[in-house]
Amino acid sequence: MNTRTISVLVENHSGTLSRISGLFASRGYNISSLTVGETEDQSISRMTIVVEGDDAIIEQVVKQLNKLIDVIKVIDFEGSPVIEREFILVRVDSTKSSRHEIVELADLFGAKVAYVGASSITFELCAPCDIINDFIVLIKPYGVKELIRTGKVAMAQARK
Amino acid sequence: MKKKGAEILVDALIKEGVDVLFGYPGGQAIPIFDALYDAKELSVVLVRHEQAAAHAADGYARATGKVGVCIATSGPGATNLITGIANAYLDSIPMVAITGQVSTPYLGTDAFQEADMVGISRPVTKHNFLVKDIRELPAILKQAFYIARTGRPGPVLVDLPQDVSRAVLDDYEYPQEISMRSYKPTIVGHPRQIQKAAELIKTAERPMIYAGGGVITSGAHEELFELATKLNAPVTLTLMGLGAFPGEHELFMGMPGMHGSKTANLAFQEADLIISVGARFDDRVTGHVGSFAPKAKIIHLDIDPAAISKIVRVDIPVVGDAKNVLAALNKLVAPREPSEWNETIRKWKDGKLFSYKQSDKVIKPQYVIEQLYNLTKDSDALIATEVGQHQMWTAQYYRFARPRTFLSSGGLGTMGFGLPAAMGASLGLGRRTVVDVAGDGSIQMNIQELATIAINRIPVKVVILNNEYLGMVRQWQEMFWNKRYSSTCLRGGTLCDECKGPGHCKIAYVPDFVKLAESYSIPGFRATKPSDVADTLRQGLEIEGPALMEFAVANEENVFPMVPAGKPLDQVMEEL
Repeated sequence: MNTRTISVLVENHSGTLSRISGLFASRGYNISSLTVGETEDQSISRMTIVVEGDDAIIEQVVKQLNKLIDVIKVIDFEGSPVIEREFILVRVDSTKSSRHEIVELADLFGAKVAYVGASSITFELCAPCDIINDFIVLIKPYGVKELIRTGKVAMAQARK
Repeated sequence: MKKKGAEILVDALIKEGVDVLFGYPGGQAIPIFDALYDAKELSVVLVRHEQAAAHAADGYARATGKVGVCIATSGPGATNLITGIANAYLDSIPMVAITGQVSTPYLGTDAFQEADMVGISRPVTKHNFLVKDIRELPAILKQAFYIARTGRPGPVLVDLPQDVSRAVLDDYEYPQEISMRSYKPTIVGHPRQIQKAAELIKTAERPMIYAGGGVITSGAHEELFELATKLNAPVTLTLMGLGAFPGEHELFMGMPGMHGSKTANLAFQEADLIISVGARFDDRVTGHVGSFAPKAKIIHLDIDPAAISKIVRVDIPVVGDAKNVLAALNKLVAPREPSEWNETIRKWKDGKLFSYKQSDKVIKPQYVIEQLYNLTKDSDALIATEVGQHQMWTAQYYRFARPRTFLSSGGLGTMGFGLPAAMGASLGLGRRTVVDVAGDGSIQMNIQELATIAINRIPVKVVILNNEYLGMVRQWQEMFWNKRYSSTCLRGGTLCDECKGPGHCKIAYVPDFVKLAESYSIPGFRATKPSDVADTLRQGLEIEGPALMEFAVANEENVFPMVPAGKPLDQVMEEL
């Protein structure tokens, strides 16, 4: 299934998130991830939504989002250059003997050690989603105890 | 100016031009009704069930074009509005619903008569508000009316906690202007799109117009008439659009779709251009979408960008208000002479759009509608319907001539809509006569409103086509479910032995509608023979105030033609 990243600027008041998630639920659209937070203007929140679906579905998603009264603007990133990042925390089993190897691997990805315990290490990594995915694949064999992903945030590159 | 929350609400209603509203009080709504008690500018109609308040507000809005208003208390009062709100949402009817709510400190505590109305109404409203602070109230009310009536209209719910309606605002002033950065409906169509549409029209050999409720909402019937007659393009109107083009005009093809005219459906399949105006390609119109209009290019005029290419692919979309876009388009199109296409349509139509087998023994429901049409066509009466077979027969045989004269639940298909909608419409138009055509099933869904109608002397004429069945479902059971009439006979019940069908049944039909009407002090009339139909109608229509007329019609009459659900439009069944 194709995924597409869209950014939605909304009025920052209670209930807006439920309108957006309700729209996806009632019309049967699938969300891969959704992040939300304030913007440079406190009265506006920005959501980054990764949606599953073909072109026709995405077209409807964008139109239906625009139809919501609290939605100020919908940006479909398709075909335009974007900066995208995701943040993860991951706790990995580690023993005395494996610790060095794991840290070395994490280093290659630019992941930082967030906490070291007796039998585990917790890493933090902020990177584009595909790099995050690669890191998870390679770290998995060491035993992932807990993994949290924030979901993607994305911003168009500034016009030159 | 210093005002309480409830007084602010009343002031806003008056400033928004509301003259009649429909409601039902309850604990958390007492402050609101208390403020309404002194409002001489507003007529408050106490209904007998909150669902009827919503439908009455809806009927008021359909008939007048103004925003309909209904008020209910928290919890069950508010949830009872929901069907009526959903009905208005699917038919894009401007409405503001005000609900009482528990005081803000009790929100979310499962307090007595608390229901999360913002949550429950979210999928069936255009927008909704929970007012947590009286300082927000004036702007919210202004926005509610603005959102309800502009763009693609729809219902807006304002949930008003009791403490907010009792709180005092020291410096109240109702906003004059409104501008919302997140809501700016497109009214004016894009000139280049309109130009493209005009060019496509020029090359079309077999054009047709398919118009819906959007034409009525925007008041674009004159522009539609100009376009159709200029192009000599045959016109089909959806259920929601009936009245937007004269029903007796030679270019009129009747309603399309499942129970539409064969002419309109064949036209869809043969046209090379469909000009769609304010219609949304509902599944009851298109039949099987994959085989819909295979030879046609489609121009889609709609105020809602999300309606475009939602169901069928569209060649030239134009987003804007129908009146505005059609006026611009009319300036660009050249007159088109009648052609072979018009001749083909005339042959299909063959002098009439719909037909049935008349009987001299039993009253045919279609005959009642024909007679009703003959008796009311030269009056200013409106027609409302409930939902089911009688609704389709009304849509087929009553030749609506003017917009806002046909009030029917299109999208949601709500049984019980017609009676309260009729009373709302009548009061909105200064007590105009409104006929509610009903089945014996659906009239019973909001029959308690006979009390509201009787007490307020509202000239609603109830015409019941009594076939002793839930006729539309029975028809489907007959056609597609092996004649197994499960739970569709209104005479029988759990005490029935082996059923030999109508005419053999020993169980007496209840209720006696004539006696029931009389118990509400409404005159009741009954016809059982075809020869009595016209007289009975005349009696009920001529009497001053409300009346009920019951017609014992053929029990197992079916609505034809019929395109079975999901089938292409040219697979029309004309009889069993």
